[in-house]
Amino acid sequence: MKLSSGTIRLIIPAVSLVLLLAAVFYMQPRAMSYTGLNLLFNLAVPIALATIAQMLIMSVNDLDLSMGTFVSFCACVAATFLQSSPVLGILIFLGAIAAYAIIGVVIHIRGLPSIVVTLGMSFVWGGLAVLILPSPGGTAPTWARWVMTAKPPLVPMAIVASILIAAVTHYIVMRSSFGVLMRGVGGNDRSVERAGWSVIGIRAATYALAGFFAILSGIALVGLTTSADANIALRYTLLSIAGVILGGGQFVGGKVSPIGAVIGALTLTLAGSFLSFMRISPDWQIGAQGAILIVVLALRLALNRLEKREKSQ
Amino acid sequence: MTETLKREEVVAARGIKVTFGAVKALDGADLVIHAGECIGLVGHNGAGKSTIVNVINGGLSPHDGSLSYSGNETHGISAARANGVRCVFQELSLCPNLTVGENARIMHAELKGWNWRGRALSLVETQLREIFPGHSIDCDLSIDDLSIAERQMVEIAISFAGIDKRPKLVILDEPTSSLDAGLAAQLMAYIRKFVAQGGSVLLISHILGEILSTSDRIVVMKDGRVVADRMASEFNTRSLVEAMGNVVREQEFARAAAAKSGAAVLSMPPRRGHGLSFQAYRGEMIGLAGLGGHGQTEALLDLYLDRNSNWWPTQKREIAFVAGDRSLNGTFPLWSILKNLSIASLGQLSSNRMVDRGREDELGAGWKKRIEIRTPDMHNRILSLSGGNQQKVLFARALATTATTVLMDDPMRGVDIGTKQEVYEILRSEAANGRTFIWYSTEMDEIRLCDRVYVFRNGAIAAELVGEEITEKNVLAASFHEGDAA
Repeated sequence: MKLSSGTIRLIIPAVSLVLLLAAVFYMQPRAMSYTGLNLLFNLAVPIALATIAQMLIMSVNDLDLSMGTFVSFCACVAATFLQSSPVLGILIFLGAIAAYAIIGVVIHIRGLPSIVVTLGMSFVWGGLAVLILPSPGGTAPTWARWVMTAKPPLVPMAIVASILIAAVTHYIVMRSSFGVLMRGVGGNDRSVERAGWSVIGIRAATYALAGFFAILSGIALVGLTTSADANIALRYTLLSIAGVILGGGQFVGGKVSPIGAVIGALTLTLAGSFLSFMRISPDWQIGAQGAILIVVLALRLALNRLEKREKSQ
Repeated sequence: MTETLKREEVVAARGIKVTFGAVKALDGADLVIHAGECIGLVGHNGAGKSTIVNVINGGLSPHDGSLSYSGNETHGISAARANGVRCVFQELSLCPNLTVGENARIMHAELKGWNWRGRALSLVETQLREIFPGHSIDCDLSIDDLSIAERQMVEIAISFAGIDKRPKLVILDEPTSSLDAGLAAQLMAYIRKFVAQGGSVLLISHILGEILSTSDRIVVMKDGRVVADRMASEFNTRSLVEAMGNVVREQEFARAAAAKSGAAVLSMPPRRGHGLSFQAYRGEMIGLAGLGGHGQTEALLDLYLDRNSNWWPTQKREIAFVAGDRSLNGTFPLWSILKNLSIASLGQLSSNRMVDRGREDELGAGWKKRIEIRTPDMHNRILSLSGGNQQKVLFARALATTATTVLMDDPMRGVDIGTKQEVYEILRSEAANGRTFIWYSTEMDEIRLCDRVYVFRNGAIAAELVGEEITEKNVLAASFHEGDAA
């Protein structure tokens, strides 16, 4: 059977995840248990959701630099309004989704670089988060807490959630008509426009969907940490971008893979634990994490070359 | 003529005027297309062909004049599509990251609901089989994984396909620019069949033979106006070219005799371990012929990389390259015309590693005059030029260098005859000055200009033709040898 280029792009992230996991199990056999796996991957769930949100934005050739502050903002809302008066909380979230759709429309109509607009928005979200929660605090809604700490039989929640996220987004992005249009805008927006579709509408819907997944990420994060802070998820901006790229996505051209993105998020989380198990001092951890990223991306480049060479023969 | 007038008007554009700034792209052009006819539209690059196509397909609203579909005056992309107007554009307009079926989904909004994938796939596959019988395209692949000819075939098939209703008018803008002769003939045969069933086709092509043999009526455009509109039978190649405003030049067959002097400038062992080896001598014009995609581009790239390192910039460049796909690997779209021209010769233009602006301007002015780049100012964006003029800039980029060998990868795709003639003349004079040209072309007329031709088949050189042996018959015979023609 001939492998499609999409499948080949998935192999590297999957293989690197398995290798990292094997290394962790080798160094710490006790991690090879229900609780161990749950602890290893717990924090991956919000990162995976944020990565999916980033991937949606990247599928229309844009980049969201406000992902981290937006997830922080959502976490703050979840820990305060959503907990105390759910209706108001949901209204705020709906407003945030509308704001994302409007950002998409503005970027499209004015032809602005998404990086600039979202960088500006990151200060807006950051400011709102500080207004809501000037100091760390708040309480997670009980249901969010319940979902994130649930103990399904056999497989830990973190794994179940990751598989669920991957399956649902794979359906939306890769199988549904909307997903095709969205990736079509990334691949060649003029041809989508010439076929009579509204590219503005598609972009707005894509941004709104990204906002929705970022909100889920914020809620999941609060469900894990029980309280929130205005700076709780600042790293998510770069983590989400790295996760998409690690998972075989590309910055332009509408080439994205939801399954890959979730695997990328899991790999990034695991890389952190791996380095701790290696007893690398925290001073070096960020550098070492970067080194892991470079190795994986280099592998991907090598595979791309191989693929190209095969094609030219 | 009286007979066609009675038929239903699919599209009628009358007195259309479109201006882009100071440029009058269309200056009162009329184009009426009836059901059941194939109209050939010819004209120079910049004559307004693409503009009128964009008006008809709804992408541009005319500043003046009337536009009606089947008698209803309306405009806009959705109105055009609702009236059965489809368009295959010159630059490929599929989404490269999507599969063939997914592209069909984008082009056909009707393909919705349960199992649209299956229906899209069968739609494209049926249509592909109908237009190009015996094709070998795997419709599950994404467009990226297809060759340029296959992409064009897919786009044509998607445009001709119809779910509830067949398209009424299909506009084909240079549909055969990447197809080889066999596929082009299949397409032309299908167009005749489609027209016989009551559909209409607007065919734009620089290959006059196609226009003359396939269309019922030929419309000639020049400077934003329609200058001739007659039945195809009233034209022949000469009168058609005259109507476009070119003078047919007699082809010169004064080939450089006994050009093989001294050592070979470039050589290459037999490719893939079989076939002939390749040699190029000083002052020669060598053609790489054969069916499209049989290893000619790869051979050019190998020749180039043989002399230029992939990693380090070379001090003295011996080889220049003219790319064929100018939007993909030719132009720098954000740069000015001058910057696009001078990029390859910055080494000569700089002193103390700083670019000498004066010398750069001088170079630009010289080439602007020599190859007639039609622009008021060389500092304008490269995209302000028409396709043919952009290609001229790419030629000038290669010729302005000190390189003694120029590799050309089918550079004349979609360039009008006038421009071609001008470039041919420049190439001839440069070859006479001792430059070597290695030229991959899909057009027979260009291959005939060469001193020596290597015919490629399945990635290797199958035959070498010299001088008078270079005829369409010989090239075709060598391209389809031993009955292995796919």
